[in-house]
Amino acid sequence: MTEERSGANILVESLVRQGVEFVFGYPGGAVLPIYDALFDDERIRHILVRHEAGAAHAAEGYARSTGKPGVVLVTSGPGATNAMTGIADAFLDSIPLVVITGQVPTALIGSDAFQEADTIGMSRHCTKHNYLVRDPAELAATIDEAFQIAMSGRPGPVLIDIPKDVQIASALWHEGAPQRRNRYTPFVEAPAAEITRAVEMIAAATKPVFYTGGGVINSGPRASALLRELQAKIGAPVTSTLMGLGAFPADSEDWLGMLGMHGTYEANMAMNQADLIVCIGARFDDRVTGRLDAFAPHSQKIHIDIDRSSINKTVHVDLPLVGDCAQILDQLLTEWGGRNGRDLTEWKAKVEEWRLRKSLSFPRSELAIVPQLAVQRLFELTKDLDPIISTEVGQHQMWAAQHFHFFSPNRWLTSGGLGTMGYGLPAAIGAQCGNPDQLVIDIAGDASIQMNIQELGTATQYRLPVKVFILNNEWMGMVRQWQELTYESRYSNSYSDSLPDFVKLAEAYGWKGIRIENESQLDDGIRAMIAHDGPVIVDCQVSKAANCFPMIPSGASHTEMILHGDIVTGIMDDHAKALV
Amino acid sequence: MKIQKAASERHVLTVTVDNEAGILARIAGMFTARGYNIDSLTVADITENHSVSRITIVTHGPPNVIDQIRFQLERLVPVHKVVDLTEVGPYVERELALIKVAGTGEKRVEALRVAEIFRARPVDTTTESFVFELTGAPEKIDSFVALMRELGLVEVGRTGIVGMIRGATEA
Repeated sequence: MTEERSGANILVESLVRQGVEFVFGYPGGAVLPIYDALFDDERIRHILVRHEAGAAHAAEGYARSTGKPGVVLVTSGPGATNAMTGIADAFLDSIPLVVITGQVPTALIGSDAFQEADTIGMSRHCTKHNYLVRDPAELAATIDEAFQIAMSGRPGPVLIDIPKDVQIASALWHEGAPQRRNRYTPFVEAPAAEITRAVEMIAAATKPVFYTGGGVINSGPRASALLRELQAKIGAPVTSTLMGLGAFPADSEDWLGMLGMHGTYEANMAMNQADLIVCIGARFDDRVTGRLDAFAPHSQKIHIDIDRSSINKTVHVDLPLVGDCAQILDQLLTEWGGRNGRDLTEWKAKVEEWRLRKSLSFPRSELAIVPQLAVQRLFELTKDLDPIISTEVGQHQMWAAQHFHFFSPNRWLTSGGLGTMGYGLPAAIGAQCGNPDQLVIDIAGDASIQMNIQELGTATQYRLPVKVFILNNEWMGMVRQWQELTYESRYSNSYSDSLPDFVKLAEAYGWKGIRIENESQLDDGIRAMIAHDGPVIVDCQVSKAANCFPMIPSGASHTEMILHGDIVTGIMDDHAKALV
Repeated sequence: MKIQKAASERHVLTVTVDNEAGILARIAGMFTARGYNIDSLTVADITENHSVSRITIVTHGPPNVIDQIRFQLERLVPVHKVVDLTEVGPYVERELALIKVAGTGEKRVEALRVAEIFRARPVDTTTESFVFELTGAPEKIDSFVALMRELGLVEVGRTGIVGMIRGATEA
């Protein structure tokens, strides 16, 4: 069937054709035609956020927890600029988003019109690709390509800017997939010779480590299953980046925990002493490597990544395998066949020695709940419910990564690359939309939660039973921690003054509010949170002075970890200060 | 603390791209955003239907950065192909320049004589000026401009280079 339809209508039909269930958005002048087309359309559910930043993060949470692309719809100018942080966040964490922005009418572009911004120019370097559509006849093919680009290769955000007149003007609409050439064909498989060489390197290693990342999650649940299968054959210990948690089960005896700046002692020591590192869908981020010239000095490195520009970007590797994690893990498994791996008893004994340092242990306090304990109890009391956890950014995020444990992919939503405070609440809302029957908890800090606190209203409106568990220490804890370590405890602007009463705030938005003030209330408070069938804020007041350890300070190597009992001096040299 | 700079080498890259709106901004902006250098950049469409453009970029950086530049370019959706001519080599590179020289008497005669040696062609003449057109490797144009400086140089316009692999096949 072919008929004449408006641009707005073609957009909606195209989204339906892509299987879009939810659009996270906020209306405004330059998207009114699209909102009108959505008005009586029951195929797509529009989630009205309270701020466009919330729309982008909600779409991220939806995408990360379901494996489907998140769709955002915002107006021109401030709508687009507000969404930009979430777009940049999705770009760094490789989250597939399709972002539709309204634009002023074609004839007004460049005239500094009302609510005009150069959305294409501003988003060019924080999107995988972007388009300004000037003719409704191009819309269907553009949207089709946008979804392909967002979802294939290294996933990421794609933005489509649609001027208002293009939404109103009409063009021919055809049933069926639009005709277009395929110009995006990322590498998926590695050449057989490289797979053979990789298997030889793995078979020869006596101290191998698997270092996995978000790429395993992005590749889909099959990649996690294949990772477990390959690991079972080889027996290598496994560590993961922040983004990769859940790909490998935390209850495996070969699980080392997270590596890097706040990673475990055993994970970082194993990386340092390994003779072979197999990097699977991770990118040697500065939070992982620490001081580059001292990073894993004794090892050969194999790097599996779908993005060739990740190879040799910061760390030189001996064998790059460019392709999709699941595909390459499958190739490796086939090539490995019935081989027997080397005897790793000695290596594992060494790992066991490092484990005995108990780097995640923490001192308890009689005066207050220590935040690590709060996360531990939250984990213990919710683990059987297979919850989805989101976080904001800061100390609470690292404590959650250390003390909450994951067994499956797509359960852990956090802003790793960009480190965006305010991510967790909207991400939890998006995840709850995509997983209506699952327990979704945002583990938050008192400072971060205020960055997108307006989204409480969104959860109320759509009856989304998300839980926000605030580790309230009345500080921007991670900033304070760095000021202690680097600036002789000169606490410049890191105290959370004038905090709201979170319980009253919850109630004002129609949420339930629970306050936990001491250890005796902790378990009951968490149980009450789970038992309530609507949204809940838990204001868990924790010890104010706790810091997040273990920690590799800026500019230090994996062997120079600070453990909780260590005495830390209060100043760093300029070279260390200059590192992020 | 002082800022450290790494040693670098010059590379010539050709980039074949879809000739779509904003492609130049996308490429030039990627260089700025990631802290890479552009010494020169030329672009023009090269197919009959104007759908494909060829961009020649001269850049410099340490070898690992040059590799990164290539991979980052390849990552852009409208980019079809990136060739590092310096790496693939041998290749030819040529640049075109227009050079305006004003003067009378002995200097004017000398300018014309030097132009002949360089095979620069006068494309505009008045009784007291020339505009020379000169094609060649960038060093040749540098030397010609240096000589003209003493002979009444008024202004110089240069295209930046285009480059191509030697021999019968496409790179």
